[in-house]
Amino acid sequence: MIPGTFEYHKPSTLDEAVALLASLGDDAKVLSGGQSLIPMMKFRLAEPANLVDINGLEGLDYIREADGYLTIGALTREAELDRSDLIKSKYPIIHDTAHVIADPQVRNLATIGGNLAHGDPANDHPATMVALGAEVVVFGPNGSRTIGIDDFFLGPLATALKANEILTEIRIPVPPANSGGAYIKFERKVGDFAIAAVAATVTLDGSGKCVKAGIGLTNVGPTPVRAKAAEEALIGNPLTDDNIATAGRLASEASQPVGDQRGSEEYKRAVVEVLTKRALHKAKARAEGGK
Amino acid sequence: MTELKTSAEIGGMGHSVKRKEDPRFIRGRGNYVDDVVRPGMLYMAIVRSPYAHAKILSINSEKALAHPGVAAVITGETLKEYNLHWMPTLMSDTQMVLPIDKVMYQAQEVAAVIATSRYAAADGVELVEVEYEPLEVVIDPFKALEPGAPVLRTDKEGQKDNRIFHWEAGDKAATDKAFKDADVTISQDIYIPRIHVASIETCGIVAEFDSVEGQLTLWMTSQAPHAHRTVFAMVAGHVGLSEEKIRIISPDIGGGFGGKVPIYPGYVIAIAATVVTGSPIKWVEHRRENLQADSFGRDYHMHAELAADKDGTMKALRIKTIADHGYTDAATQPSKWPAGLFAIATGSYPFEAAFCEVDGVYTNKPPGGIAYRCSFRVTEAVHAIERLVDILADDLGMDPAELRMKNFIPPEAFPYKSVLGLEYDSGNYAGALKLAMEKIGYQDLLKEQKEKRERGELMGIGISSFTEVVGAGPSKDFDILGLKMFDSAEIRIHPTGKVLVRIGVQSQGQGHETTFGQIVAEELGIPVSDIKVEHGDTDTAPYGLGTYASRSTPVAGAATAMASRKIRDKAKKIAAYLLEVSEDDLDWEPGKFFVKGVPDKAKTIQEIAFAAYTNHPQGMEAGLEAVSYYDPPNMTFPFGSYICVVDIDSGTGQVKIRRFMAVDDCGNIINPMIVEGQIHGGLTMGMAPALMEEISYDEEGNIYGGSFMEYLMPTAMETPNWETAKTCTPSPHHPIGAKGVGESATVGAPPAIVNAVVDALSHLGVRHLEIPLTPEKVWRAINGL
Ligand SMILES: Cc1cc2nc3c(=O)[nH]c(=O)nc-3n(C[C@H](O)[C@H](O)[C@H](O)COP(=O)(O)OP(=O)(O)OC[C@H]3O[C@@H](n4cnc5c(N)ncnc54)[C@H](O)[C@@H]3O)c2cc1C
Repeated sequence: MIPGTFEYHKPSTLDEAVALLASLGDDAKVLSGGQSLIPMMKFRLAEPANLVDINGLEGLDYIREADGYLTIGALTREAELDRSDLIKSKYPIIHDTAHVIADPQVRNLATIGGNLAHGDPANDHPATMVALGAEVVVFGPNGSRTIGIDDFFLGPLATALKANEILTEIRIPVPPANSGGAYIKFERKVGDFAIAAVAATVTLDGSGKCVKAGIGLTNVGPTPVRAKAAEEALIGNPLTDDNIATAGRLASEASQPVGDQRGSEEYKRAVVEVLTKRALHKAKARAEGGK
Repeated sequence: MTELKTSAEIGGMGHSVKRKEDPRFIRGRGNYVDDVVRPGMLYMAIVRSPYAHAKILSINSEKALAHPGVAAVITGETLKEYNLHWMPTLMSDTQMVLPIDKVMYQAQEVAAVIATSRYAAADGVELVEVEYEPLEVVIDPFKALEPGAPVLRTDKEGQKDNRIFHWEAGDKAATDKAFKDADVTISQDIYIPRIHVASIETCGIVAEFDSVEGQLTLWMTSQAPHAHRTVFAMVAGHVGLSEEKIRIISPDIGGGFGGKVPIYPGYVIAIAATVVTGSPIKWVEHRRENLQADSFGRDYHMHAELAADKDGTMKALRIKTIADHGYTDAATQPSKWPAGLFAIATGSYPFEAAFCEVDGVYTNKPPGGIAYRCSFRVTEAVHAIERLVDILADDLGMDPAELRMKNFIPPEAFPYKSVLGLEYDSGNYAGALKLAMEKIGYQDLLKEQKEKRERGELMGIGISSFTEVVGAGPSKDFDILGLKMFDSAEIRIHPTGKVLVRIGVQSQGQGHETTFGQIVAEELGIPVSDIKVEHGDTDTAPYGLGTYASRSTPVAGAATAMASRKIRDKAKKIAAYLLEVSEDDLDWEPGKFFVKGVPDKAKTIQEIAFAAYTNHPQGMEAGLEAVSYYDPPNMTFPFGSYICVVDIDSGTGQVKIRRFMAVDDCGNIINPMIVEGQIHGGLTMGMAPALMEEISYDEEGNIYGGSFMEYLMPTAMETPNWETAKTCTPSPHHPIGAKGVGESATVGAPPAIVNAVVDALSHLGVRHLEIPLTPEKVWRAINGL
């Protein structure tokens, strides 16, 4: 539980940070909240020779709506998401998510950028961002580029981020009227990663038919899993108990869990089915104006 | 309730005096082993085995020694030069300190790196190159007993298999006959998994050897500093360690729960290292080392059977157990019975016949077998009997509360001699259960459950009416390597009437500095605020066997009362002298002696104390001091009845404890607030293994549960709102009628929780579930998988 030796760098601008990353090469790691990276270093599972601390960079800590997007700066802490009135009132699914990440101490430091950049399918934000159809903005030597969430996660702890790029912003399209979303996590204890968790978003038309659906699954695959067939089964149909049950079954089929200490494959699939149903019911209730 | 005999200002028995130790903890002024810093101190880190069973082909320290800051690498060969590579366990088995040729469990100590900083030591650990040749691993204790299983303890002459001991109690023939004649018999396999105490503070030591004086000073996380000093002197006498020159200081301890009773190899290596290097050495375990290699609790595979009449009268009990002790028998229980106090298995019921047998087995797992708040196998025994009673109730279609009420040993039967040989001191089992049922509204809950069941909701109610046995122990039955299990107190009254109390036991959070002062306050009427309690330094405290198994109050508490009474006897003589009356003319009320019928003619204990140094009768020695060593005539038998209500999520299998009513009876209570705290903590530590905690191994001996990612300790979020109440049945043989309470809740809670969950699922045909009741296990039971 004692890390190896490393050099510590603290750039004060984004350009400086990217230049440092470029010059240090593969031996460097970005440090933001440190709540994933530092534990890995203490176990000596990660032994980077250089840490580039981005906590000194200005202007990466915000939550705002502009031009049809909710934008969140990469250095925004989970605690801020947990407290934000904008998030609570208009994006309760993100509040649901931030609120069940780890514990208050971890949430005070952990950042949403780090949560995505870490590329851990056990993390909670990835599935929520899949359900919300988010985009990720990254900054590198050649400036900014935007990556769709479905192209961002490549495998366990692997993302489309290059070693010399920094994730700067998360962009979420402002949902149309009659939309709702919910994140339901099932964990062994507080602060644990999910046995499974489900993020669901729906948009209803005037007649109560579902016109848009997003379903993302946590910790049941090498990346967050989009339950595409389940989404498709809902679109164009009213959210009846039967249709929601079908979506639950299809989400369970889409999941790719492996058995471990958190549960067998069979059990995790069953949990995905139950949670998908519960998340959809809650999303529907919220779309209809409930809590 | 405990009768209040002193004012709140004096703060004797029964007062919720605030804990004297808390200001320093709250202000960050506690002093733990890791706070100790000595000049020139070096740091130790340990190389551990990745294999559960392997030959060591070579250990190469060259690269580690070349690393900046690394001062030395200590291996089994280093220790062998001093004949310190082996040590005895407290159960008179043997254990490697560092191996020469073989490792026996994953995370076993293989070598130690000594360096100028923790960082350099940790780097050094990575640079020590060890070549292993894996050997066949024996993990399953049943397979370990099969003929042809590899014999693990090849070091032990004459050891032909993996059996450590066979223990039995009771009358086999009578029990077998009772089973043959019984109307109803039930049987159940019950496994109590391995768990770990996971104290907030891991184990550690600062060892400092003064080679000029030959003095060894150890700051050590020790629950039994005196016994440890003697063991070090006995084991390392040949290298020049002599008991008067060994001083163990057990400073503030961040939780013990039995895990700080054993002597771990790390302590011995650190001692060897300070002798070899001439520098003070600090070793503090990492969390993972603590979880993976330190003493565990439980790991009992029981086959339990009960025979009864049709009307529910319980007749006979039979339990056969395989006890997995890991690589060596390093259990830390000082009774003369290798299965500790398992004979409490007949519980709160008057069986006519019973027979228990336990076979201890070696496997390739870390050694231990007692730790975790269980008073020597009582947790396992209570789990077995309280589960059996519920299964019997289910089979007979009887209410489990009614079945217990029908069978309890009645209050007038005490002292009660059980068929397994224990003499219960006192009890009122029906009283405790009745109170618990009233407090929780048992009848209403039954109604609610019926309605819920009709709606398809899963709700369960579970009872456990446990009997504990604590206070080890009478010298005829208990010793550690020959040291009898008495305990001690030494009291000095200063001329101004203030007091220094030194006790042989050691606090790890129990609040001794407060409660032992309260015993003196009760006996002498001196305000508890005037009493200072010290413990844990072998150079100053009187000899004692340590704090574990809920023994401090039953044994050292008794010694404190007895020493106080010796002082009161002398004080009476002085008072008679000062008041110019005969001793027979004096009466006592807390704080003063007065002349019978003339309350104004009185001398306070403070006036008497001053006189003891200034104006004492001729022929009497000056001073007011006493020492007592107390050898308890029997153990004490706390008890209680717990009722648990659970709701179960049928979709995920998650168990939620909605209510938990704990009625405890620990006899007279010294400090109700502290007892309440012990019970709350104990209930949480009982819930933990019932629902979450487990250490298990794969077939290769790789540990699951070796970090807090996998070893699931509950937090406040998982902990329900405990409801507590008490009855008070004093121990007749204890000087202050107290019984000990540290482990009651840990012992009593798990079966109440399991009984509640099984009850919630009983209409689905579920009759038993093994702990921990993980969501998946419960989900499988619901779905018949
Ligand atoms: C006890 C505990 C419990 C936890 N439980 C949960 C949980 O239940 N759910 C959950 O989702 N998470 C959990 N976490 C993880 C926590 O949310 C992490 O903090 C988060 O996953 C990573 O964010 P961070 O800011 O701490 O990133 P860091 O640890 O600093 O970095 C993580 C990785 O991302 C890279 N990185 C970070 N920021 C950027 C960036 N802006 N651009 C490029 N690369 C970057 C780093 O180089 C590193 O590889 C837990 C952590 C702890 C310690």
